[in-house]
Amino acid sequence: MAEVSLRNVVKRFDDVDVVRNISLDIPDNEFVVLVGPSGCGKSTTLRMIAGLEEITAGDIYIGGEVVNDLPPKDRDIAMVFQNYALYPHMSVFENMSFGLKLRKFPKEEIRKRVDHAARILDITELLDRKPKALSGGQRQRVAMGRAIVRNPKVFLFDEPLSNLDAKLRVQMRTEIKRVHQMVKTTTVYVTHDQVEAMTLADRVVVMNGGVIEQIATPQDLYHHPKTRFVAGFIGSPAMNFLRCRLEQNGSGLRVRLSDAISLPVPASQSARFQALAGKELIFGLRPEHITEPRRNDRDKQCEFAATLDVVEPMGMETMVYFTVDGQEVCGRVDPDSATGPGEAMGLYADMDRMHLIDPQSGAVL
Amino acid sequence: MSTAAAVAARAPQSRGVRASLSRNRRWALITSYVFLVIFAIFFLIPPYYMVVTALKSDAEVAHMATNPWIVADGFTLDQFKILLTQTDFLIFFKNTIIVTVSVVAITMVVSVLAAFSLGRMKFWGSSILATGIFLTYLVPDTLLFIPLFQIVKAVGLLNSYWGMILVYPTLTVPFCTWIMIGYFQSIPKELDEAALIDGAGHMQMLTKIFIPVALPGIIAAMIFAFTVSWAAFVYPMAFLYSADQQVLTVGTVTSLIRGDVYKWGMLMAGALVAAAPPLVIYAFLMDYYIAGLTAGATKG
Amino acid sequence: MRRRSTIAFLMCLPLIVIITSLVLYPACYSIYLSMLNKSQTRFIGLGNFSFLLSRDVFWMVMEQTAIFALSAVFFKAMIGLITAHLINNLPVKGQRKWRGMLLVPWVIPLALSSLGWWWLFDPTHSAFNYILSSLGFEEVPWLSSPYWARFSVILVNVWYGAPFFLIMYLAALKSVPEQLYEAASIDGASAWQKFVHITLPMMRNIIAITVLFSLIVTFANFDIVQIMTAGGPRNMTHVFATYSFMLGIRSGDLPLGAATSLFMFPILAFAAIFILRGVRKRGREIG
Repeated sequence: MAEVSLRNVVKRFDDVDVVRNISLDIPDNEFVVLVGPSGCGKSTTLRMIAGLEEITAGDIYIGGEVVNDLPPKDRDIAMVFQNYALYPHMSVFENMSFGLKLRKFPKEEIRKRVDHAARILDITELLDRKPKALSGGQRQRVAMGRAIVRNPKVFLFDEPLSNLDAKLRVQMRTEIKRVHQMVKTTTVYVTHDQVEAMTLADRVVVMNGGVIEQIATPQDLYHHPKTRFVAGFIGSPAMNFLRCRLEQNGSGLRVRLSDAISLPVPASQSARFQALAGKELIFGLRPEHITEPRRNDRDKQCEFAATLDVVEPMGMETMVYFTVDGQEVCGRVDPDSATGPGEAMGLYADMDRMHLIDPQSGAVL
Repeated sequence: MSTAAAVAARAPQSRGVRASLSRNRRWALITSYVFLVIFAIFFLIPPYYMVVTALKSDAEVAHMATNPWIVADGFTLDQFKILLTQTDFLIFFKNTIIVTVSVVAITMVVSVLAAFSLGRMKFWGSSILATGIFLTYLVPDTLLFIPLFQIVKAVGLLNSYWGMILVYPTLTVPFCTWIMIGYFQSIPKELDEAALIDGAGHMQMLTKIFIPVALPGIIAAMIFAFTVSWAAFVYPMAFLYSADQQVLTVGTVTSLIRGDVYKWGMLMAGALVAAAPPLVIYAFLMDYYIAGLTAGATKG
Repeated sequence: MRRRSTIAFLMCLPLIVIITSLVLYPACYSIYLSMLNKSQTRFIGLGNFSFLLSRDVFWMVMEQTAIFALSAVFFKAMIGLITAHLINNLPVKGQRKWRGMLLVPWVIPLALSSLGWWWLFDPTHSAFNYILSSLGFEEVPWLSSPYWARFSVILVNVWYGAPFFLIMYLAALKSVPEQLYEAASIDGASAWQKFVHITLPMMRNIIAITVLFSLIVTFANFDIVQIMTAGGPRNMTHVFATYSFMLGIRSGDLPLGAATSLFMFPILAFAAIFILRGVRKRGREIG
């Protein structure tokens, strides 16, 4: 049994509350990613689960037991650090077996476990080398191997891919996912990269300023963000946010973005937003939902024209940037349809995917 | 969920256990402080006692029944007065200053030039020379003082503090060069190239760029040279005889004895005044002082 | 290219001149000198050396220097290691004060602090004896009994040299990345195990370098013995440096003095080679 629970956990450094009363339940074998910008408290939370930081208030449970005052070695956890933290004077084999040796495991058992982990991670030929003779990706794998051999209740990852170059990062992401499928263990993974969060997680915990903004599956997070922060944090490029006014006229609700552009609210959403008619709100729509007009689009009313400022060809698609009411908007169009900078272009907004946000509270309505 | 029930059951215990963990940490800290105080007392007893003795009158020093660890009969600066007016102490002080300042100047010129060349300009034999310098530092003065006696005598500088100015650099130059090679090497190559493009010659590069950038290393080396010169004992002990040429270390220890009576109050006063300059420099420039010491090892 | 090399070489010239004329030449001259007779008129080969080796006093001096150097270095290293750990465990803000206080013995010129210790050990007025007798213990003949004199000399050397070890080891301790200790915590290491498996191996090179370096310096030490005991009582605290000073300068027999000090050379060379290897290895570790 290896669920992890946090109840009202607070962490205070000097006079600053870095982690503010967070509660979280992680069922057995779930891969949970804590994601958020620098300073949001995700690493601190992870270190409190590990026992490397003292908990100011609240309780942490691993496998149903309170672990607040247990030192790291008694919590039956394993951790992969951002800087790998491999013992430089020990070989890969010795690095991986250090924890087992300290717990007085018999030699054959150690050998078996290390070989098994080495095979999973494809580092069997590296067992006799010292860390300084390894590349960044290899070191990261050894760090994971050290965690795997311990057969812990929980795996903890502290931004393990931040030190790798972009290409290697993509490779290692897949590795981690593959390893998780082979070695089923509860995992808490911290990163600032929302792409990693979306691709690796069963559930994502978005943190900001010491509090949890939302906990949801990646898909849920993408389609149904609860706050403006989450809506803007998840998805790359980020969601467009525009000031708007919700207008009611004869044909139904419309979102007025500027003097020239006013888009209809789809029938499915009208009921929900009816009460807000006349208010000044924030309109959110992802770039991938602003495209060139296509033949099977339903509502001609969702089309509009804009003069492009910048055009970025990305190969498979082209990003276009234009201005509405003084605010920059990003859209994603088919490369062949894109016109050039300074030229006008017809665009289509997929209003089924629209979000309306309260400007004061930041809540998605 | 089963954990919810478990949570409710265990909640009260956690508070008590948490308190004991931080209590453990506090005990560990307290024991650390206790031991540190013991070591501090051990390290500071001699200087403390020297100060106390220097502030006593002769009578109290000789008097055996009173507690020697405190000044019982009233503070007096008489010992210092006698030291400065009735002995050759000030001559020793003057000589030491002349010697130390000259040696520091010579050392810095020689070391900076050599370190700059060895640290940044590769030429045939530069690594052999660098190793050689390091080995030289390991040759102690007590091995060299006998042959140097002959040499200094031959040059006619025996019993003259100029002889000190001649030989002290052997104590300071190797290590100072070693320190500064490290500092010069740590300056990125791009600085050279930018300067070359800007049109600077080697000497200009040295004076306008490298010396300012390596200033911490230079200060550390100067402090080291100063401290070593000021404290040198073997060479003046072997080569200087007359009081008018003598330096502080030897002078305070051997020449302040009047008749065959050891006037300890005055001796301690002398020792304190003689030890003051290095202590003052240490108090104000402690970080440079320590950087000089550790530079040798940590910069490899 | 060639002009650059010439300039570079010229910049090294003063250094080369100093080292050659005042270190290399005297070292070689010392060997020559040691093979002359007292009035320096005749060449007597290894006569001085065999003379020294035939004297009991000389063997005693050798033994004393070895005991002095080895025990002093051992205690200095121990105290240095312990105090470095103690200071490192303090909150960072307070560390500077303590480090400053504990380094004082090293800052005071050794000759002057030896004078201070001499006064503390004075037969009639020893402040230590005052404490001992007021606690009911016997007074200790710090400098007049041979065995106590040896103890006192070693004590002063340890007092003076331990701060150097403290500073070196503190710097070395701080260079071990914190995350290694955290990883070890998670792997299950206790404080002692962390010390043995992480701290010591990472510090191994620095420990070796400082110990060897201190061995050289302590072996050749002059100030303490000269000032406190001048080699006595009965030559039982003499070390190579003071004995060679007595024979060479005081008695005027320079060749004999040179021969004495040359006995230090093999040990110094031995230690120097190992230090050089250690420094090279550390350079490779860092770079």
